[in-house]
Amino acid sequence: MTVYLLCFVLFLVGLYGVITRRNLIKIAISLSIMEFSIFLILVLIGYIDNGLAPIVDPGSNAQVYVDPLPQAMVLTAIVIGLATTAMLMAIAIRLYRKYKTFDIREIKNLRG
Amino acid sequence: MELTISIILGFMIIGAIYAIHAKDLLSAVIAMGIVGYGLVICFLLLKAPDLAIVQIVIETITLVIMVAVVLDSTRKELELPFDRKSLVNMVTGFVIFAGLFYFFLHAIEHLDPLGMHSLRMAEPYVNGAVELTGSINLVTGVLFDFRAYDTLGEAVILYTAALGALTLLRMKGKKTV
Repeated sequence: MTVYLLCFVLFLVGLYGVITRRNLIKIAISLSIMEFSIFLILVLIGYIDNGLAPIVDPGSNAQVYVDPLPQAMVLTAIVIGLATTAMLMAIAIRLYRKYKTFDIREIKNLRG
Repeated sequence: MELTISIILGFMIIGAIYAIHAKDLLSAVIAMGIVGYGLVICFLLLKAPDLAIVQIVIETITLVIMVAVVLDSTRKELELPFDRKSLVNMVTGFVIFAGLFYFFLHAIEHLDPLGMHSLRMAEPYVNGAVELTGSINLVTGVLFDFRAYDTLGEAVILYTAALGALTLLRMKGKKTV
């Protein structure tokens, strides 16, 4: 149970970063940290004690393998995480070239 | 196993807190690397070699992108003034965190303890996968056979993100303000 709690603390650290920082780069970093904690908790749920990595050895039978389904899901999520981070960074550098700052308090031309 | 993962998670939490509070954006980006590479070690210990390989590649790409962005702009972190508004925000944040924590404690009561997971849903995948897909790696079997359309959608998302980033970086902005 301690591991799950620590994972959640890592998630809360990322959430704290998202809601308190005013710098676009820091917000992107905090979002990545939240992502990482979710990946870890999903893989932890699928872990089995003394289980093998989910790669079948044809020679031996009756082995216990860890759950492959959370791993397949996290693999997809990691790649999509890279896509979102790359988009965020592209938007951040565009905004910096226009406003000369990463401060989201000064970037308010989009305000209605 | 639980103790080892807890120690690595402790390091990851320290790295995350430093990354959020660092005065220099470059060191914040590098401190995020502690979290990402700590995650790689956790994946290796949890018997997920495919995830470890993908995560180490993607963490490196993310670090390279972020360092390029920081070096191309500014390294200074903003000064945050401490006033009455930020005090109200802090109290609100604390209440929200406490609420989330309460619900999380309720939620993990229904989970199996670490290492006692039962393969309820994955049983058909694990038992018949080698004959059905011809792949001895079960994760690859799930990704490229049982859920192949999912992987196709993932490829489309990657392509769209690459196109979006390229478009954003090539556009010429209006010179106003």
